Amino acid sequence: MRRLNNSNLKIAKTIKLFIGGEFQRTESGRSAAVYIHEKSKAKDRAKDRVKKTYANVCLASRKDLRNAVSAAQAAQPGWQNKSAYNRGQILYRMAEMTEAKREEFVEILKVTRGLSKTSAEKSVSQAIEAFVYYAGFADKFQQIMGSVNPVSGPHHNVTSTEAVGLVGLICDKKFDLAAVVAQIAAIITTGNALVSLLPFEGSVLLAPLAEVFATSDLPKGVINLLSGNTEELYPQFGSHMEIQSLSCQLRDKKNLGELRTMAAANMKRIIPPVKNLQSLEHLMSFVEFKTVWHPVGY
Amino acid sequence: MQTTQQNFEYAASIESTDVVKISAKNKLFINGQFVAPSSNKYFASINPATEEKLSEIAEANHKDVDKAVKAARKAYTQTWSKISGKERGRYLFKIARLIQERAREFAVLETLDNGKPIRESRDVDIPLVAAHFFYYAGWADKLHYAVPGCGQSSGLSGRQKAPSPLGVIGQIIPWNFPLLMAAWKIAPALACGNTLVLKPAESTSLSCLLLAEILQEAGLPDGVVNIVTGAGETGAALVAHEGVNKISFTGSTEVGRLILKSVANTNKKLTLELGGKSAHIIYEDAAQDQAIEGVINGIFFNQGHVCCAGSRLLLEESIAEVFVDKLKARMEKLRVGNPLDKNTDIGAINSLTEHQKIKKLIDTGKTEDGEFFEPSRFALPTKGYFHKPCFFNKVSSAFTLSRVEVFGPVLTISTFRTAQEAINKANDTPYGLAAGVWSEKGSKIHKTAQGLKAGVIWANTYNKFDPSSPFGGYNESGWGREGGRHGLLPYLAV
Repeated sequence: MRRLNNSNLKIAKTIKLFIGGEFQRTESGRSAAVYIHEKSKAKDRAKDRVKKTYANVCLASRKDLRNAVSAAQAAQPGWQNKSAYNRGQILYRMAEMTEAKREEFVEILKVTRGLSKTSAEKSVSQAIEAFVYYAGFADKFQQIMGSVNPVSGPHHNVTSTEAVGLVGLICDKKFDLAAVVAQIAAIITTGNALVSLLPFEGSVLLAPLAEVFATSDLPKGVINLLSGNTEELYPQFGSHMEIQSLSCQLRDKKNLGELRTMAAANMKRIIPPVKNLQSLEHLMSFVEFKTVWHPVGY
Repeated sequence: MQTTQQNFEYAASIESTDVVKISAKNKLFINGQFVAPSSNKYFASINPATEEKLSEIAEANHKDVDKAVKAARKAYTQTWSKISGKERGRYLFKIARLIQERAREFAVLETLDNGKPIRESRDVDIPLVAAHFFYYAGWADKLHYAVPGCGQSSGLSGRQKAPSPLGVIGQIIPWNFPLLMAAWKIAPALACGNTLVLKPAESTSLSCLLLAEILQEAGLPDGVVNIVTGAGETGAALVAHEGVNKISFTGSTEVGRLILKSVANTNKKLTLELGGKSAHIIYEDAAQDQAIEGVINGIFFNQGHVCCAGSRLLLEESIAEVFVDKLKARMEKLRVGNPLDKNTDIGAINSLTEHQKIKKLIDTGKTEDGEFFEPSRFALPTKGYFHKPCFFNKVSSAFTLSRVEVFGPVLTISTFRTAQEAINKANDTPYGLAAGVWSEKGSKIHKTAQGLKAGVIWANTYNKFDPSSPFGGYNESGWGREGGRHGLLPYLAV
């Protein structure tokens, strides 16, 4: 019995993908180990010379992406049709759930990303802030971005905002939790469904993030998270015909150019890296404007 | 006693062309001057209603495009970005007035060159051209109000700074609304402080070149607007030019894809107004006679050469038969012919190429599916590129003409049983530019409009345009909006 308590047998979690509200292993059966960061002061690390596995993560495949797209497509209309107030409540709930899991987030940032306790704490606080910021925007951006247009002639003419539909998000390889959360929050605030590719470097965070989304009353399939090899998967996002908009946070211009070329197949919108993550401009990348005319008369 | 059938045909009422003087050769407009193209090549512009040559137009090559872009850059750095928004606005107001003053001349020229009925060029195109310049003129000194949150620079104490322009814009426009498309592009770009190089479509350059004269008359600083005429190669040279900061294109989705690929690896920004296959939904509780007029206007306005044409008619099953009969009767009354005749409803197809494309698609349609109808009462003029308005009834969603943009007076008709089915069928297209919906029930209109994936929804009306009303599509119908406050965004660094 003593052996079971030995730290060598501590249960290392396998991080699954988050597709359609379910925690799924990749259909490809591929996984890779995420090691404890060399800067991490985790005790286990200090004792050993060999790299120590912290967790195993799934390496998603093209088929996983397609499954995630199907799930997102199915979920999107329902999400868009929820009241803006309700979407705001759900985003706020995400902030609450993240706060509840603060220690877990901090621990992962420290151990797998090598962050100091202070900067890990700061990163989690900023992520929570991003949820709160967009929670508060969910029922306001429409008024700021929409308009009643004074057309000549007897017509009522209104421009309103609407979700683009299905948005892909390819995260920066230099994984920054707060930035990723701000991007995810902005995308879903306007009623889009999301399929996001987390880079291998940040893929352990998929677990607590997915648990936050799974426990925030978010309809299944609105947010789908994949972990894997960015180089392998970003062209699959770029060429997918059902993805209507793609936020590409990769800093390499070559990647962006390739994605813009692929986007021509279905004219998907390509959103380049954003400067101000908490802003109206950021939200504006994820809406379409719809203008409705109606005659005025008896 | 035998009664004789009385013929109450309209007498012809032909608009005079005296007001228009077309030069035999038309040069490029670069740096405020009309200059000969470096290749010295000219191509013919044809009146599609008579097949006669109207004039010769200069063909700009990459050297001319380079000259134009450099002139625009110089004007941007030396004058246009230096003067105030108020001054820019003054120029635009003046241009608007000058267009109004010469409205009839523009209308006749547009009809001669494009083939559209004088009724439309006179009552729709040219008034809207002037209105666009008027509308955006007023924005030029109010840009700090255009984008909430983007204009602030120094908090409570300081003045708000307007968002900045992008620089030199390359603009490429189609032949279906030649001057109107030019106004849609030029007015907001200039209001925002950009300079530009515009390339009109090769078959309809004349009205843009007349606009150049107006710009000279208005005293617009040299190089702020440059016009390079020519076909695809001229456009490609403009798109590829390194000195251009942004491309704004209106045209086919096919060309839009090429442009996107061409600028993919550059920092150039891009706005695209592309094709459409817009659905027109008629519920059984619609005001049917009004809806008939809406459908006619939706698909046959401007010979159907409209990116947002209501080319897929979706009828609620219970009214389909009656509605189609009414539509047939109405189509028999349409007047197709001389575009200069003030009674003409449908003018000439803009070019032989387009005419052949339409005929070919109709031939494809006839081999596939549906019941073809065209009016039999009237005959087409023997000369000129004329085409009868027509439709294919009882077609499936997979029918080629239900999927492909025809860009001509060709309608497809199918039916639906529930509102959800209507919305699903309407959205069953890679495009998403516009849609129409007819019902006398308010809540149904709103619910349907919400469900339609399109940038412009005309409810109980169709094909209405206004400078204050944003226009543009979802999905493969393009990126960005033109018109209204939203139409400023593509020309500002936000």
